[in-house]
Amino acid sequence: MRGRATGGMEASVELTGAEIIVKALLDQGADVVFGYPGGAVLPIYDAIFKQNQLRHILVRHEQGAAHAAEGYARSTGKVGVILVTSGPGATNTVTGLTDALMDSIPIVCLTGQVPTHLIGNDAFQEADTVGITRPCTKHNYLVRDVKDLARVLHEAFYVARSGRPGPVVVDIPKDVALAKGPYIGPADVKHRSYRPQVKGDAAKIKAAVAMFAAAKRPLIYAGGGVINSGPKAAKLLTDFARVTGVPITNTLMGLGAYPGTDPQFIGMLGMHGTYEANLAMAECDVMLNVGARFDDRVTGRLDSFAKKSRKIHIDIDPSSINKTVLVDLGIVGDAATVLEDLIKVWKAGRHRLDQKALKAWWKQIAQWRARDCLRYRMDDKVIKPQYALQRLYEMTKAREPFITTEVGQHQMWAAQFFKFNKPNRWMTSGGLGTMGYGLPAAIGVQIAHPDALVIDVAGEASVLMNIQEMSTIAQYRLPVKVFILNNEYMGMVRQWQEFFHGGRYAESYMDSLPDFVKLAESFHAVGLRATRPDEVDGLIEEMLRINRPVIADVMVDKTENVFPMIPAGAAHYEMKLGPEDHVAPATEDGMVLV
Amino acid sequence: MAGLASTNERHTIGVVVDNEAGVLARVIGLFSGRGYNIDSLTVAEVDPANALSRITVVTTGTPQIIEQIKAQLERLVVVHRVNDLTTGGPHVERELALVKVVASGNRRVESLRIADIFRARVVDSTTKSFVFEVTGTSEKLNAFISLMEPLGLVELSRTGIVAIARGTTGL
Repeated sequence: MRGRATGGMEASVELTGAEIIVKALLDQGADVVFGYPGGAVLPIYDAIFKQNQLRHILVRHEQGAAHAAEGYARSTGKVGVILVTSGPGATNTVTGLTDALMDSIPIVCLTGQVPTHLIGNDAFQEADTVGITRPCTKHNYLVRDVKDLARVLHEAFYVARSGRPGPVVVDIPKDVALAKGPYIGPADVKHRSYRPQVKGDAAKIKAAVAMFAAAKRPLIYAGGGVINSGPKAAKLLTDFARVTGVPITNTLMGLGAYPGTDPQFIGMLGMHGTYEANLAMAECDVMLNVGARFDDRVTGRLDSFAKKSRKIHIDIDPSSINKTVLVDLGIVGDAATVLEDLIKVWKAGRHRLDQKALKAWWKQIAQWRARDCLRYRMDDKVIKPQYALQRLYEMTKAREPFITTEVGQHQMWAAQFFKFNKPNRWMTSGGLGTMGYGLPAAIGVQIAHPDALVIDVAGEASVLMNIQEMSTIAQYRLPVKVFILNNEYMGMVRQWQEFFHGGRYAESYMDSLPDFVKLAESFHAVGLRATRPDEVDGLIEEMLRINRPVIADVMVDKTENVFPMIPAGAAHYEMKLGPEDHVAPATEDGMVLV
Repeated sequence: MAGLASTNERHTIGVVVDNEAGVLARVIGLFSGRGYNIDSLTVAEVDPANALSRITVVTTGTPQIIEQIKAQLERLVVVHRVNDLTTGGPHVERELALVKVVASGNRRVESLRIADIFRARVVDSTTKSFVFEVTGTSEKLNAFISLMEPLGLVELSRTGIVAIARGTTGL
């Protein structure tokens, strides 16, 4: 199978473009492709049909293919692959591509295109795919000549996974897939210019160690960059935190980068992060940011963000440094590589933090923690969504489940109540906030980990956005569990309308919902429902017992809101802890923010 | 971090890119998508053997925005090098304009006289018109154009700025 000897023309057998695609994907280590056929990709589907190594998963909508590939990529660290046809096939992937771009997920998306001689003629199912996807990909290609195809495919994988990962589109006209051309292997392709910086500047790392060592109130703030760097980065991050004994907070994308059950972990930060994490951000004197990007959901009001701290920022993307928050020390490099050097310098210098100060700092954090910011009022008649998730976590944690989510209140509660001790277990749409992400993402995760417990924590509104993927789940007998917190509202929209728009619930009520139990059955899955708190444990037990896809419809409190909350435009110390706190936009400017 | 000035600065940036379809769209899309200014932009192939083009872009923004623009440009896969000529030391900036003036009598003679002062060349002539070619800094071109306006300027075409660093080092 390996075509490494085919670099020169002498040994090369001419393959069709479609065969080149299959071979290139296999040589890149891809074992599965998520896709949907159509006219422009028929030759490629024919080549897939004629072999047995590359598995194709047929989704029910191309957006589903994109999110499934994201779930696959996020849970494995490998590049996810999508194959769709021209025109609507390609445009349907745009949301997924944008999602992958925002969350730095490595994806290669192969799109069919009308034959080269028809490009620009408004041919049937023609769309300017490279034009449409230019702003929502890390890079994209239109392959006009079969001679370039193998090189472009290998480059696409290289670009997708190198540096800050992201989605890459390769648009392939039908005549190129049919034409014969030479194949070259990955080893024979070297990108002519793209070389992201992996190793951090030694002098800056030394300066960072000195700055961190002098801290009285140090804090590590780690994000998705640690997860993208690989399990080694998460281990090194844990090592560094343990060696120094400092508190650490993770972003939404970084959950699992540091063990969630570890006492040094002070929870997720940001708009719905913990009280202790956000106040630690506000009060720390040295902040070490590893692979996070000072997202607006994390910083809140910029002019009062973490003003007491000097900041060190490690990021593989130079454009992330000083983008919104000016830092004192920016280190461009891969998280694992830089952390490794950082630990070496720390140990070589026999650095030790001021233990008296650190003790006082931990005492302060313990006081914030004692506020127990995630508490909620238990009810014996109505299921509190937090309770349902708490039970789900407790009853599944021994199996180390993979959790995907949709977007909204349930997503924030899942982030608050699930503790991840390993990276790559948490798949959520952070940057783009794509409702409908979780169900197809769970497909990708389950395909990659057939024996694992995969749960899509969903809301009833979000899950309907890609509900057709239940059919994919049925076809491949994927035992995905869909755990719906059903409050018959677009909960997060309703929450904002309650706080910021006088409780006028414009269009946020989910009328005419399907019966999710019957819906499950019609998709060859098992439907379960709980309506009272004392039914929750039984429902979860039953769901876990069934080795088939399950939709669990958990009817929860319709009026519950997510707390803590930093209202848009407010600073970290203006956090609201519960319904007893009055929540309103902090400023006129805050009202405008989303 | 100690306060960077937040006043706007004008920077001239040289960008070496792959000469391939869509490169300009990537660069322009970056500026429009992120809300950066383009004061002028020129592009042409400069190294046919290696299929490289050079874009000269003049932009305005706060120092933080200028840093972002450069980082974002460097992030594009097709970009080989980004060189901020404004911060990189002394450099030369030039622009070329073609100026069509329709005039007769004294005004026609006057336009020729001014063209001579500005070392503009006549590249097309009819009995009623001239096309002048004038090269220099943008300020010089502006001055020339404002003098030609009352004399019968009817059409104008400008290249935008091209720039290169002074001295021995090459980009």
